[in-house]
Amino acid sequence: MITPKAYIDLYHEYESVIRASSGDLLNAPRSAAFQSFERIGFPSTSMEAYKDCDLKPILETDFGMNLRQLDIPVNPQEVFSCEVPNLSTNLIFLINDQFYQGDKPHHLPEGVLCGSLKEMGKTHQALLAPYFATLSATSNDGMVHFNGGFVQDGFVLYVPANMHLEKPIQVINVLKAPEDMLVQRRILVILETGAHARLLLCDHNLSGNHMMANQVAEVFVGDSASLEYYELEMNNQVTTRVSNTFFRLESASTLRMNQVVLSNGFTRNNATITLIGEGAEANLSGVVLGERNQFTDNHVLVDHAVPHCTSNQLYKYVLDDTSNGVFGGSILVRGDAQKTKANQSNKNLCSHSARMRARPQLEIYADDVVCSHGSATGQMDENALFYMRSRGISAEEAKLLLKYAFTTDVIDTISLAPLRDRMRMLVEKRFRGELINCAGCAASNCH
Amino acid sequence: MLLEIKNLHASIEGKEILRGIDLTINEGEVHAIMGPNGSGKSTLSAVLAGHPAFTVTQGTVLFRGKDLLALSPEDRSREGLFLGFQYPVEIPGVSMTNFLRTAVNEHRKYRNEEPPSAAQFLAMMREKRAIVELESKLANRSVNEGFSGGEKKRNEIFQMAMLEPYLSILDETDSGLDIDALRIVANGVNKLRTPTNATMLITHYQRLLDYIVPDFVHILYQGRIVRTAGKELALELEEKGYDWIKQDNNE
Repeated sequence: MITPKAYIDLYHEYESVIRASSGDLLNAPRSAAFQSFERIGFPSTSMEAYKDCDLKPILETDFGMNLRQLDIPVNPQEVFSCEVPNLSTNLIFLINDQFYQGDKPHHLPEGVLCGSLKEMGKTHQALLAPYFATLSATSNDGMVHFNGGFVQDGFVLYVPANMHLEKPIQVINVLKAPEDMLVQRRILVILETGAHARLLLCDHNLSGNHMMANQVAEVFVGDSASLEYYELEMNNQVTTRVSNTFFRLESASTLRMNQVVLSNGFTRNNATITLIGEGAEANLSGVVLGERNQFTDNHVLVDHAVPHCTSNQLYKYVLDDTSNGVFGGSILVRGDAQKTKANQSNKNLCSHSARMRARPQLEIYADDVVCSHGSATGQMDENALFYMRSRGISAEEAKLLLKYAFTTDVIDTISLAPLRDRMRMLVEKRFRGELINCAGCAASNCH
Repeated sequence: MLLEIKNLHASIEGKEILRGIDLTINEGEVHAIMGPNGSGKSTLSAVLAGHPAFTVTQGTVLFRGKDLLALSPEDRSREGLFLGFQYPVEIPGVSMTNFLRTAVNEHRKYRNEEPPSAAQFLAMMREKRAIVELESKLANRSVNEGFSGGEKKRNEIFQMAMLEPYLSILDETDSGLDIDALRIVANGVNKLRTPTNATMLITHYQRLLDYIVPDFVHILYQGRIVRTAGKELALELEEKGYDWIKQDNNE
């Protein structure tokens, strides 16, 4: 086990600095979180959930942390002068772990909170405190509490009851630092009863330094509320991303989550979806495109706690070169959760030299349920390849078309049309090797 | 001369299937290759198209003066060879339009020609589809996915029409077709005949040859062409069955 002692010492040395700027919302659960971290430590491969995901060599990096929250000079508006075309969004930037307002005004209905977690935590503490750090508190993942100890800022979205946000919110996570750096990123999303929102989170590492983002997101979807939650990773190879996302779905609410990893270095995404209200529905999907020696591990846990809920998982990996993929998908149907409908599907296209490890799990304690799961890893269909070549399509192009085709059913689950089109284009570009030459940032391709 | 096969031997997983094929096809001709199951008919078509599962152990094949066996499957297609598959492959997620546009563009590029404009391409699709009475909605679907048996075969001829090959090898195109579909497919093939192209029909039954009249009929047996004659040979086969050939060649 890795000794987190250096970080523990750092925490105690700098606790007053961290607390000074953070405000009560972030500070109140801080000690409890860090105590959990001191008790649990970092995840190690001796833990079942991290068996295939070795963070040790990464955590031995001598990362800096921006504990004094100094401004790192970067103008994201310059870098991202282009958004998703035809997608009019309210644009938010997180530079490392700091909120960045930018100069574009947001047109949001009254009552909506959308901005800095630190600042909104100060101005709306009573509103946010019943939510913040509640889903994460009982996690057995040390990374979650590591974040809880050091968190200083992040992003919050609060949508009041029955309010529909017409424009999607786009959060662009920018990593940039003059040296190797560890970033504690925090996201809080609350949709009250009947609210509707669409959120797109994009990850970019603009520096050539080893950047590690440790992200914790807590997402509350109220009664009959609906949320579309899209995550797009376009980091470069010197990036480590560990994320823990907790969703709590109240009755008759719906969640669509779509996670796309277009380019990355080392990624571990944990998503825990708790269906706590009857009639809730969660549709979860993801695409991972691995190449070179990239590593991506998606762990999804769907917890059916009450009757009449539905969940679907569709995760697909296309692994080339010596890339590594892990999918750990678990469905837990508790004793009371009768009439549960749960489905999980994981399909992988894996080259000879790449490696895929799939661990689908089903734990069912109710007897009147419809549950299914399946996982299949294979190589490219040789018959299809020959068929295409016999029509004059080069082997290379044929492979590209087949890989692209393999991902389409997941990309098609994106209900936001401009984003879907953009994603198709990015996936194709990625397969054509056209994403590489821009520091891992596809959004800057269209200047 | 379009195609000249000399002493072609080919094997799969060490097992020899073709044992010395000699065959010459000229522009404007229709050749029928017939023979009992397992005689090597489909292997011949697969070897000519460059299927990687087969190994050519001996012999030469010249296609329009070029060494066909030295070319990749895609270059064989671009040189003007077309294989109509007995079992067309379903490719979920790749639309017919995208598939054919890619194929047509690669053919054009090979000949140093500009790709057709979007409008030209769509007009071409429309025109060629009509030849085999293929519904337009099929063009928007994934390649062969959810197509009926007859639609798959018509789709093969549609692709052939789009690519305008010099030599079309149609492997058991008649199998699994009802009489109406057979007529549509055969009409399509006939409409696409020109004085400069040729067709090799691989078939088990005489039935197809009522619609597409061959200039030559070859009987393939145990990896060799054991008899060649005019269209009357097919009728003789229909009457006597393949046992007659088997007896002739085994004794």
